[in-house]
Amino acid sequence: MSDTANAPGAARKRSFIETLEIDTRLLGMIGAFVVLCLVFHFQTDGRFLTPRNIFTLAIQTVSVAIMATGMVFVIVTRHIDLSVGSLLALCSAVMGMMQVVVLPQMMGIDFGSPLIAPVAIAAGLVVGVAIGAFNGWLIGYLGIPSFIVTLGGLLIWRNVAWYLTSGQTIGPLDQTFQLFGGINGTIGPFWSWILGGVGTAAALWGLWSARRAKQSHGFAVKPVWAELVMGGVLSAAILGFVAIVNAYEVPAARLRRLFEARGETLPEGYTTGYGLPISVLLLVAVAIAMTVIAKRTRFGRYIFATGGNPDAAELSGINTRLLTVKIFALLGGLCALSAVVASARLTNHANDIGTLDELRVIAAAVIGGTALSGGMGTIYGAILGAIIMQSLQSGMAMVGVDAPFQNIVVGSVLVLAVLIDIIYRKRTGGFK
Amino acid sequence: MTLNPNRAAGATPLVEMRDVSISFGGIRAVDHVSLDLHAGEVVGLLGHNGAGKSTLIKCLSGAYRMDSGEIRINGEKAEIHNPRDARRYNIETIYQTLALADNLDAASNLFLGRELVTPLGFVDDARMEAETRRIMGRLNPNFRKFKVPVAALSGGQRQSVAIARAVYFNARILIMDEPTAALGPQETRMVGELIQELKRQGLGIFLISHDIHDVMDLCDRISVMKNGVLVGSEQVGDVTEDEILGMIILGKKPERAGAV
Repeated sequence: MSDTANAPGAARKRSFIETLEIDTRLLGMIGAFVVLCLVFHFQTDGRFLTPRNIFTLAIQTVSVAIMATGMVFVIVTRHIDLSVGSLLALCSAVMGMMQVVVLPQMMGIDFGSPLIAPVAIAAGLVVGVAIGAFNGWLIGYLGIPSFIVTLGGLLIWRNVAWYLTSGQTIGPLDQTFQLFGGINGTIGPFWSWILGGVGTAAALWGLWSARRAKQSHGFAVKPVWAELVMGGVLSAAILGFVAIVNAYEVPAARLRRLFEARGETLPEGYTTGYGLPISVLLLVAVAIAMTVIAKRTRFGRYIFATGGNPDAAELSGINTRLLTVKIFALLGGLCALSAVVASARLTNHANDIGTLDELRVIAAAVIGGTALSGGMGTIYGAILGAIIMQSLQSGMAMVGVDAPFQNIVVGSVLVLAVLIDIIYRKRTGGFK
Repeated sequence: MTLNPNRAAGATPLVEMRDVSISFGGIRAVDHVSLDLHAGEVVGLLGHNGAGKSTLIKCLSGAYRMDSGEIRINGEKAEIHNPRDARRYNIETIYQTLALADNLDAASNLFLGRELVTPLGFVDDARMEAETRRIMGRLNPNFRKFKVPVAALSGGQRQSVAIARAVYFNARILIMDEPTAALGPQETRMVGELIQELKRQGLGIFLISHDIHDVMDLCDRISVMKNGVLVGSEQVGDVTEDEILGMIILGKKPERAGAV
């Protein structure tokens, strides 16, 4: 640090960012993301940062982001999962078949029955968790490298899906099920504000209770102004996002159809926004749950300990084999959730659903600061990584970059992000 | 040198290892070795690299499963199949490699596998850090780096984390594998004082070391291994350094009838 040298004797003044105790890598990522958005915004003559496009970006990101949070745990424990895209396709196929064939035709449950969506989703989750656990068992107990197990899975599960559906597109999916897809399932401006308010209150309470826990043990805490800045930034982010999705107005023709379906007529001059999509709320719930697991549970602690030093974890009495099974089962379950979102967004199941998602998911986790050498990674980083990847891709499409160049850029960004990460870690010294 | 009172009374040993053998791919790493340890006693295990001392001790700490033989704790047969079993018998081990997760902080390492949790079952980081500060204040008052991953600590600081982990959970049997190998003179002295202190508290300690001086200073008894077999066990007061060297290098028991 250069400022220690020019102030001999005096205690080094803590910088603004240090006082806030923000992860500087996170700050760098947010900075890069903001720059990216601004560049696209100006290149598209102001079409990129509109409520409509931000809404679309959000619902496009959800599927990959959900899986990326699970991939963090897998990569942290020095494994990899190449089969997530295929597993998503299989879960989607199972859920599609349940909705369109098994439940209505074989079990005699009518189309539109409120039972269809929950039963189908449950079936998908069971398949996802079971296959994930099976992969984890092959890796943890039989000692087959995860790369091989999931490379095999990449080929196997998509083709099992193909076999199940005879290669046909399965649809249309159940109406309730489609609520998870994004634009077909939003909660409207009123409930969005309510949830935004609740979320803000919860975030502020979280900051406050963490501070109190520290004080009760006599540890140093941040100055009050730093807490206020953090609280302000968090509140602005949550409420700002709510304001944006509320500002995206439902087209008049669609509103008219909605009112007609309820047997009413559209009042003159009535407009409303979409509000928060259910799929985004699902991602938020997954993100919170996964962060709690990572930071606050023994399971999470063991994941990071095993990633940092597998031998030490073993010698500390951690059952690392069972841990591997649990981690892959968790990712399998998340693949099923992503399958709900992805197939609901498309309103049907097609064979190529989730193709190449394994690469997007791994890239999101890695761009988000998850190290393949193990022991390091964050949930919020992976989600931000997924958002950056998606923004990059759709931004380039909007600007009109040729298709081959889009992939060339995305690939280069991935390698560059890891290089920057390596340099950053060398500077700050190892694990951070 | 007087005998340890617990030993003299003919009390049941804290640990008895009987006829322990373990092989790796046809190589007998430990060959029918018997060893015991009494409460309040420090037994030094000596031998060259590959003599089998770490392997033998890993059977006790649960890292390896012995092929044959038995372990008795307080006279009762103990089933130790993994490190969790060993911990149940209050056996704590400080490994030569320290066995720390470099990416976690001191408190997380100290409580690894035995986290303190809140009533809701979440890990209680604040309480674990407070406990870590408390025990570190006793073991190594200069230790300040509670917030950083242990990768950022010096060798001595890492060692104190590993020792704190072993001592914190009321160990009755402590295994120390080369505890001073990575330490400077001052820290080595600290470990020596700690061993004396723990001994007074009635722990039984196995000390694995290359350093004969260490062993002569700290141990009541020494056992020497060579090529997987036990050469012999001697009271420290009964043998000279040269005789111990003879046992280590030549695998030769001292001529006199002073053997245990």
